Amino acid sequence: MSNLRSVETGAISPIFGKLSWASIPFDNPLPLVAFGAAGLLIAALLWWTWRQGHVPYVWNEWITSVDHKRVGVMYCILAAVMLLRGFSDALLMRSQQAIAMNNPGYLPPDHYDQVFTAHGVLMIFFVAMPFMIGLMNFAVPLQLGVRDVAFPTLNSVSFWLTAVGALLVNISLVIGEFAKTGWVVYPPLSELRFSPGVGVDYYIWALQISGVGTLLSGVNLVTTILKVRAPGMGYTRMPMFCWTSLATNLLIVAAFPILTATLGMLTLDRYLGFHFFTNELGGNQMMFVNLVWAWGHPEVYILVLPAFGIFSEVVSTFSGKPLFGYRSMIAATMAICLLAFMVWLHHFFTMGAGADVNGFFGITTMIIAVPTGVKVFNWIFTMYGGRIRFTSMMLWSVGFVVTFVIGGMTGVLLAVPPADFVLHNSLFLVAHFHNIVIPAVLFGAFAGATYWWPKAFGFTLDEKWAKRSFWFWITGFYVAFMPLYVLGLMGMTRRLGHYSVPEWQPWLIAASVGAILVACGIACQIIMIVVSIRNREKLADLSGDPWDGRTLEWITTSPPPVFNFAVLPDVTGEEAYWGLKSTAREKKRLSDRPEYVDVEMPRNSPTGVISAFFATVLGFAMIWHIWWMVILGFLGAWATFVAFAWRDEAEYDIRADVVERFDRDRRLAKARLLGLSPEEAEGQTA
Amino acid sequence: MSAHAAQHGDPNKLGHGERSSSELGPAPKRIVVAYGFWIFLLSDFIMFAAFFAAYAVLSSETAGGPAGRDLFDLPLVQWETAILLLSSFACGMAGIATMVRHHVWFQVSMAATALLGAGFLALELYEFTHLIGEGAGPGRSAFLSSFFALVGLHGVHVALGLIWLTTMMAQVWSKGFREDISRRIACFALFWHALDIIWVALFTVVYLLGVRS
Repeated sequence: MSNLRSVETGAISPIFGKLSWASIPFDNPLPLVAFGAAGLLIAALLWWTWRQGHVPYVWNEWITSVDHKRVGVMYCILAAVMLLRGFSDALLMRSQQAIAMNNPGYLPPDHYDQVFTAHGVLMIFFVAMPFMIGLMNFAVPLQLGVRDVAFPTLNSVSFWLTAVGALLVNISLVIGEFAKTGWVVYPPLSELRFSPGVGVDYYIWALQISGVGTLLSGVNLVTTILKVRAPGMGYTRMPMFCWTSLATNLLIVAAFPILTATLGMLTLDRYLGFHFFTNELGGNQMMFVNLVWAWGHPEVYILVLPAFGIFSEVVSTFSGKPLFGYRSMIAATMAICLLAFMVWLHHFFTMGAGADVNGFFGITTMIIAVPTGVKVFNWIFTMYGGRIRFTSMMLWSVGFVVTFVIGGMTGVLLAVPPADFVLHNSLFLVAHFHNIVIPAVLFGAFAGATYWWPKAFGFTLDEKWAKRSFWFWITGFYVAFMPLYVLGLMGMTRRLGHYSVPEWQPWLIAASVGAILVACGIACQIIMIVVSIRNREKLADLSGDPWDGRTLEWITTSPPPVFNFAVLPDVTGEEAYWGLKSTAREKKRLSDRPEYVDVEMPRNSPTGVISAFFATVLGFAMIWHIWWMVILGFLGAWATFVAFAWRDEAEYDIRADVVERFDRDRRLAKARLLGLSPEEAEGQTA
Repeated sequence: MSAHAAQHGDPNKLGHGERSSSELGPAPKRIVVAYGFWIFLLSDFIMFAAFFAAYAVLSSETAGGPAGRDLFDLPLVQWETAILLLSSFACGMAGIATMVRHHVWFQVSMAATALLGAGFLALELYEFTHLIGEGAGPGRSAFLSSFFALVGLHGVHVALGLIWLTTMMAQVWSKGFREDISRRIACFALFWHALDIIWVALFTVVYLLGVRS
């Protein structure tokens, strides 16, 4: 405790904790301007929503919605907005390094360190994670042929807690500071003695709160996939995306508690003078590094596996063939799921665990390349002999396969411990993991978003702008990151604010050109969305099946009704929808009309957004040591859950005739899609 | 949905129907809820595992301060263990009372569970304050940090469990044994028994091994 007092500057007020006017960085205009601009934009958006009278719609249909489709879309919107923030951090770093040769550049070290930390945190936790969780939320119940996830309200809570994390990271722009430690906050740097400010605390509480959301979402989706599937949807009939989602969510359930525990220990060190990772009294920094990567490596697969699933769906659909090697793909997915926990030490071969330990982890790391290779070959063989339609989604997939193989190979190179001793912490490593995460996770997210967009909104995205965006992104990626491999081999370490090696500068300038190309790609995506919304009439998807799909989400309308399916489909084999479609084509009629019954759906609930409000209060108060507010936040969250638990009506009925009317229209659309007359479709002409 | 749910029938005889057990359609809500809660508990176990691992790594890092054999008072810990196991028994009685929809027995058993749980916490708090008073607080050494964190984490779980428990008592009192409330009682029981499992590991690894090392 004495240690704690000595480093703190200024007294702690019982009312405001560590918070004071000095917490706002008036001397540093950049974040203030950025935050001000974002704030104005949000205010304008809110004002517009209010003026147009959309507030009840937004509140009833989105904010309090427990519909998995709505929650999934909100996750993706959060990810897209945070992508802009994370990418502007990337632009700052690239431009800083392009000019900071023999001069300090324009970003002071204090700010630059926050920028690279925030970039990593945002991109992993608030772009990649919500994008993937959002797409899983949206597509998995539809693909399984059911009406919602296992715990719909919990799903809403998960989303809003994730949003709280993102909010806290962004609040740190103007109130206080963010961590300056790098995105995995290694101690002792992240301990109170060396990081006395609130930056690390913002990191801790943003991640703890959003981490609870992620864990609950993992529990929810595991339970959904294992216990809530349409009749006949056996394990070996599930679409590949459901399998990779299962693997991902198992990893979330198994890995995120380790992060929670690790950050909990760091919190105890920082707040209560414990000695888990300190320099003195027996603390062990390497234990932090071990623990954090025991979560961190599975995290890589948490992000990448759903993307693998998306590519599997896209490649199969647009090759017009079933996925090649479906069962080997399942085996490869589950093998990766297991191996994910056996390689963490390759993140710190230089720790000095000895040749045997390093050798073991080097080999397990290389073994992961085997199931991954199985997947790559399966995608290629799926394309082989298919009637490939080169849509933008297919371009993302092919671009992914090519680029990912390069990234995978540099990964195998880094898995050789002696090579790693040279390349550790260099830009070669930075190039490697961007070479994995961008083509796999981001391209996967873009492919998935384009693929399921019509299902979510009822119209497809403009292909011309989508393809332009793809070409900018992939060229930009190569121009931005290939130079970093070279720079790494030239000896440039990561996270440098400025340098004095003239040979590096041309490569860094090239990399910043790449970043500008990526910016053009993002601009194309924004234009794509605007253009598509304008042309939504022309791009409308009336059949519910715009891509000639193979899985159950395409059997219902676009967008689906809140209950997804009039009756749960009865699945008789792999590629459930393709099977039904083929039968209908053969027999020239749709399947028999089912008997419609009332559908029971969960009611909307503001529990998620209210508990998120109290979680924000709690997190902010913990960061600033405002203890009364901590108690308030906790009591508020508890009261919210009690209020939720006390409600009497959890569900409402949708009457059978409403369901029947919906299904009649759907069947007409399907008949049109298959070129059948309405009478034929119902088998009345026979 | 309910027609398919009915096929599930006895969960102990899955896989003996016409369809393979993975093709029966959505499971009944009771099973979904308990299953989901088990998954959550497993994740909680993993969080404890990380704290156990940290304790294993740091247990010899006493930094010249007291070690486990100088500090641990086994008779006290035995009382704690006995009280916690008894509270689990009382919690089991509450489960039976829920099955037969008996209000009085439910409230009595839950109250007994709560009192025993609170007694456990009181003993733990006594142990903690006693240690801190002796200068063996969590800031003394990495060993004590990991000890207080691991045992304290269990204690925090018990405390949160007490809040949940009393909320459940109030809920049954005002709403009766509604179906969703019965499911919550089942989840609470799982939670409470899981804390016993953790405690057994904790008693063994921390206290029994600690006094001998």
